[in-house]
Amino acid sequence: MNTAFLEVSNGVALPREQVPNLTFDTFRQEALDIVENGGKVVHYFAYIDSDTVRFMAVLRKDKLLVAACNAPDTYPAMSSQCEPFHMFEREIAEQFGIRPEGHPWLKMVRYHPNYMNRADVFNNHYADDIPGNYNYYSVEGQEIHEVAVGPVHAGVIEPGHFRFNCIGERVLNLEIQLGYQHRGIETLIPQVEAKRLSLLAESIAGDTTVGHSLCMAQAVEAFSAVIPDNGAHIIRTIAFELERIQNHVGDLGALSGDVAFLPPMNYCGRMRGDFLNMSLLLCGNRFSKGFIRPGGVVFNMNNEVRNILTERIIEIKPQVKHVIDLLFSTSSVRSRFEDCGTVSRSDAENLGLVGPAGRACGMPYDVRRCFPNEHYSELDIPENAEHSGDVYARAKIKADETLQAIDLIQSLLNNPVETHCVEQENPSMAPDSFVVTLNEAWRGEVSHCVLTDAAGKIIRYKIKDPSFHNWNGLSMSLRDTEISDFPLNNKSYNLSYCGFDL
Amino acid sequence: MLNTLKNRFEQGYRTSKYPQEKIELWKRYRGRPQINKKAQSDLALTCAAACPQDAIDAQKKLIDMGRCVFCGTCERVSKGKFVTFTQDFEIAVSEKEHLSTDGSLPELATHARQHFKKLFGRSLQLRQVSAGGCNACEADLNVLATPFFDLARFGINFVASPRHADGIVVTGPVSRNMKTALFQTYEAVPDPKVVIAVGTCTLTGGPFRGSPEITEGLDNLLPVDLYIPGCPPHPLTNLHALLTFFK
Repeated sequence: MNTAFLEVSNGVALPREQVPNLTFDTFRQEALDIVENGGKVVHYFAYIDSDTVRFMAVLRKDKLLVAACNAPDTYPAMSSQCEPFHMFEREIAEQFGIRPEGHPWLKMVRYHPNYMNRADVFNNHYADDIPGNYNYYSVEGQEIHEVAVGPVHAGVIEPGHFRFNCIGERVLNLEIQLGYQHRGIETLIPQVEAKRLSLLAESIAGDTTVGHSLCMAQAVEAFSAVIPDNGAHIIRTIAFELERIQNHVGDLGALSGDVAFLPPMNYCGRMRGDFLNMSLLLCGNRFSKGFIRPGGVVFNMNNEVRNILTERIIEIKPQVKHVIDLLFSTSSVRSRFEDCGTVSRSDAENLGLVGPAGRACGMPYDVRRCFPNEHYSELDIPENAEHSGDVYARAKIKADETLQAIDLIQSLLNNPVETHCVEQENPSMAPDSFVVTLNEAWRGEVSHCVLTDAAGKIIRYKIKDPSFHNWNGLSMSLRDTEISDFPLNNKSYNLSYCGFDL
Repeated sequence: MLNTLKNRFEQGYRTSKYPQEKIELWKRYRGRPQINKKAQSDLALTCAAACPQDAIDAQKKLIDMGRCVFCGTCERVSKGKFVTFTQDFEIAVSEKEHLSTDGSLPELATHARQHFKKLFGRSLQLRQVSAGGCNACEADLNVLATPFFDLARFGINFVASPRHADGIVVTGPVSRNMKTALFQTYEAVPDPKVVIAVGTCTLTGGPFRGSPEITEGLDNLLPVDLYIPGCPPHPLTNLHALLTFFK
C-alpha cells in the first residue's frame, strides 16, 4: 500500500525519529484515505514533545500504520466525513483544547479541564458538576418523554448516566454520558515512580486486568529488551484466556437473568466464581492482580498448580457446555435474544466496533489472529463471526469463545510449563522511543501507545480500552428498541465505565 | 424441561457453610500481612523502598493495610523474612488506625458498635455506590449474591434505592465527578445509617493516590463505620466483615 504512514509491528519499539513526521494536511489526508478504504483507528491522540503539541495516529488495515505531525490550534474535523475519528477528536479537544471545526457532535468525553490551561472548547467551568455546560440531546414532540438513569444505578455496577428519548416504550435515542469514574490515569502515569506503573495498569479496568497488564508489560519489554521466556508467554496466555472465560460466563448468566430464565443465571454466577478462583490458584488474586510484570510473571506454574488447574477444568468443562446448551436451546430465551438491539454491519464499521460486539456484526477482526503476540502465534484461533448483529449474535460469540478458550487452556496445560519468575520489575527504558501494543481482551482490542523522552522517561501514555469504541454500539442498538430491552442489550455488551473514563 | 432438570442435578448444592465451617484459602492467596518485628532495619528499609504503595513504615515496622494492595512485592523482596502474607482473609477493621498493623488485628466483633447489631442484626439493606476505581471491588461484592455465598440467607441485601437502605457501601477513590452523586445517595439514606468503605482505593486512594481527580480516603468526606481492605477484598473478607460487625 502506498502511504506516508509507516508500517509497524505490534509490540516492537522504534526510535521516535523513525515515525514519519508529516505536515498536518498530509497527515489528515493520508489518515482519511486509509480509514475510508477500510482502515480502522487504533489510536489518534495528542502529546507534547518539547513544548510542541503534536498529533499521532496508529491505524490498522492488515498492518499497523503510524505517523505524527505538529498539531494546529484548530483544524477541519475528520469526523465530518469519516465517522471512526469521532470519539478520538472529542478526546483530543477535551485533553488539549484543540477544536475540530465542523465536528458533527462536539461534546466533552470525561468532563475534566484540558492539560494545557487553554480556553475550554466546551465552555465548561469545572466548578459545576458534570455535564456542565451541555444540554443532552433531546427529541421534541408532544408524546416524547425522557428517561434519565444514573449515575448511581439500581445494581452493584459502575456509574454512568443514560438519557433515553422515547415515544411510548420505543427508544428514539439513547445518549450515554460517562466520565464519572475519571481518575486521571493518563496524566498520572508519566508522573509516578516506575515501581507504581504495573499497579496503575492493573487498575485501569479490573475485569481486564490481564489485558491492560499485558499491554503495559509488552511496552516496557519492547523499550528495555527484557524478554520473557516461553513459559511466561504460555502462563500469560492462560491467564488471559481465563479472564475471557470469567467475563463471558458472567455475561451469559446476566443475560439469562435479564430474560427471566434463572437457572443459567445462578449456574453461570457460580461457575464464574470457580474460574475466578482459578486465577487465584495461579497468582493469589481472583482478578490476576500482582501477576504480570515486565519480563514475565511473578508466579510460576509448577506441577502442583498445573495439575489442580487441569483437574478443575476437566470437572467444569461439561457443566459449562451443558449450561450453554440449555440457554441457547430454550425457546423463551431465543425469542428475546433474536432480533433484539440489532446493529448493521455498516454502522458497526463506521463506529469501529471491536471484539465480540464487532464480530457479532460480521467483522471477524481478532488481535489474537491478526497481530498475534504472547503464545498466540502458536495457537489456532478460530475465525468467529455472526452476522445478525443482535443480542443473540453477541451472546453466541461469547458462548463460542468461552468453549474455545477452555480448549486453548487445556491444550496449554498438556505439557509442563517452566519459567523464571520476574525479580527485577522496573527495567530502564529506551530513550526517544515509540511503541504500540495490542491485545484481544474479552471485550476486544485493548491497546497502549507509549512515547519516551531523551532520558527514557514516559512523556505520553495513551490507553485505549475496547469500550472506547463500543459504547456507541450500545446507543445504536437501542434505536427503535423497547426501553424494557435496555438491560438485556446493556449486558450483551457489558462495557467498561472505568476503562473508558481512565 | 428435561434439560433444565439435568443441569440442576449436575450443578448440585454449592452454598458454603462459612462461617460455621472455616474455609482454608489457597497458599498463594495474600491475606493479612504478618510482620517479623525482629527483622533487620535494612531489610525493612529495602521493603519500604520497593513497596509500590509506600505502605510500609520501616521505623515502626508496620504495614498500612489501607494503602497496601497485597501485591506481594515486600514478601518477595524480603524472601518472607520481613513480611509474609497469611491466608487469613478476616481483615476488616472498624477504626482507621487499626489498618496500620504488624499483623495482629483487634477482634472486629468487640469493636463493632453494639447498637448497630441491635438495629441491623436481623436485617441489613445496603445501597452500593461505585465511585471511581476499577470495578473489581464491585465485581467481588456482586458475587455475594451467587449461590456459593448467598448473602441473602443472612438477611443482608443490596437494594436498588438509597431510600430502602440502612447504609451505603462505597467502592473506588471517589472521583471528582462522583462526589455529588455520592453525597446525594448518602443523604437519601434515612438515619440511623452506616457507611462501609470497601477496597484500598476507598480507604486511601489506592493506586491512584496523588491524582487531583480523586479523594485520598472516604473518611475525609463521610463518617466511615467499617473499613474493608483489599485490592479487591476477597468476597469472604466482605462476608466476614458484614457478619461480624452486624450480626
